Amino acid sequence: MANTAETIIIGGGVIGCAAAYYLAKRGMSVIVLEKSDNIGSGGSSRNGGGVRQSGRDKRELPLAMYAIEHIWPTLSEELGMDVEYVKKGNLRLGKTEKHLEILSHLAEVGRSCGLDMRMIDGKEVRELNPYLSEEVIGASWCPTDGHANPLRTTLAFYVRARALGVRFITGEEVVALRKVKGKAREVVTKDGVFEGEHILLAAGYESRAIANTVGVDIPMSKKLLEALVTEAEPELFPQMLGTAEADFYGHQTKHGSFVFGGSSGMEGVNLDNHGRLATSSITAPCICRGIMKYVPKLSDAKIVRTWAGWEDQSVDGVPVISFVPEVPGLVLACGFSGHGFGISPAVGLMLSEMILDGAPSLDLSALRYDRFCAKI
Amino acid sequence: MDRSRDIGPFVPGPDDDLLICRCEEVTKGEIRRAVHAGMWTMTEIRRFLRVGMGLCQGQSCTKLVKGIVARELGVSPATLDPETSRAPMRPTEMHVLGDEKKEA
Repeated sequence: MANTAETIIIGGGVIGCAAAYYLAKRGMSVIVLEKSDNIGSGGSSRNGGGVRQSGRDKRELPLAMYAIEHIWPTLSEELGMDVEYVKKGNLRLGKTEKHLEILSHLAEVGRSCGLDMRMIDGKEVRELNPYLSEEVIGASWCPTDGHANPLRTTLAFYVRARALGVRFITGEEVVALRKVKGKAREVVTKDGVFEGEHILLAAGYESRAIANTVGVDIPMSKKLLEALVTEAEPELFPQMLGTAEADFYGHQTKHGSFVFGGSSGMEGVNLDNHGRLATSSITAPCICRGIMKYVPKLSDAKIVRTWAGWEDQSVDGVPVISFVPEVPGLVLACGFSGHGFGISPAVGLMLSEMILDGAPSLDLSALRYDRFCAKI
Repeated sequence: MDRSRDIGPFVPGPDDDLLICRCEEVTKGEIRRAVHAGMWTMTEIRRFLRVGMGLCQGQSCTKLVKGIVARELGVSPATLDPETSRAPMRPTEMHVLGDEKKEA
């Protein structure tokens, strides 16, 4: 089979699969190259499933609002597979006055962008969710937020894109990009060379080294987070939960299990997981203690599984979704910084518009690759 | 692995209603259909259908699932990597798992 297509996508995560789907839907030929043996191997299958607008930076908030207004509500129907989207709000919980200050600021930012988000007191919090402990004295409340199943969402985009003729190749590690006549054109892998008019780089943290091969650098680092899941429990509450200090987050899935993510604060120095994609013995217990303080009822819930994942943390906390004028033909989509899943359908759509129409329909100029500069 | 390789059409079988993953109640037919939808690894099958994600964490059904997936793909089961085993080894209550910190 020919190693050429109109668009070559590097990275078979939720961003790459969504972009492949939207491109193929409009008739473009696409090849997706994935280093791992599995589709959705990185953050796409390891995140907490939040689909939220609240607490987002102003620069990426329009993507979240667009996704929640126009894409998420009908995504299961569009892809022919239940992605378990639930739009029942996000409570970001506070236990101290300092927490409430952080939350009020986030709520103000949201409101200034037209988001329905407000502060509520402890009493109102427990009216919405009676399982939250008395320690919670307030929260920010965004009723249009929610959650979905990241594993099913990623695989649903993959299934539909594949059915539309997208060629997916797993276990295909990209080592370099090559320009031909001043334009990004060739994608060199360990086993061969692929060629396309457009190259979309959506490979998480690994995007950095690949972009380096054509002289482009995105300042980002790798950050490890862990998550855990309980056995199925009776239905307790539908909201997505977070905290002011973002020390844990989670929700109850359609299956009944609770998924919670968090960290121990020792990830960078811990021998167990330092530099490796592995869980540490101290992290899940730490997340459990956090959960039990907020939701005491879950203290008898059994943990059945824990896992770790990398975040591609851009230096200013928002992604790079951008053309690169110095390297025509290259489109970057990386540095999602741990909150890419909720916006992924909108990002996939915008990327398809950038490649097919030359510009996205939302203004993404604040997410350009050349926005990074020294502090003085 | 090129996911465009033709593995032939899905052919319904008389035992497609057989329960393979008892914890999550997944049938042989669902597993075979998932392979034809594009789930070609044990990890993808698990994330797609929840096989092996229940209380036993795949300790009962993993071998069976592997055989079914391998036959559908026309490869040897030995070529399929197992899905990752994850801690804790047995389902553990939150108050037990979270109790390793001693009071000062």
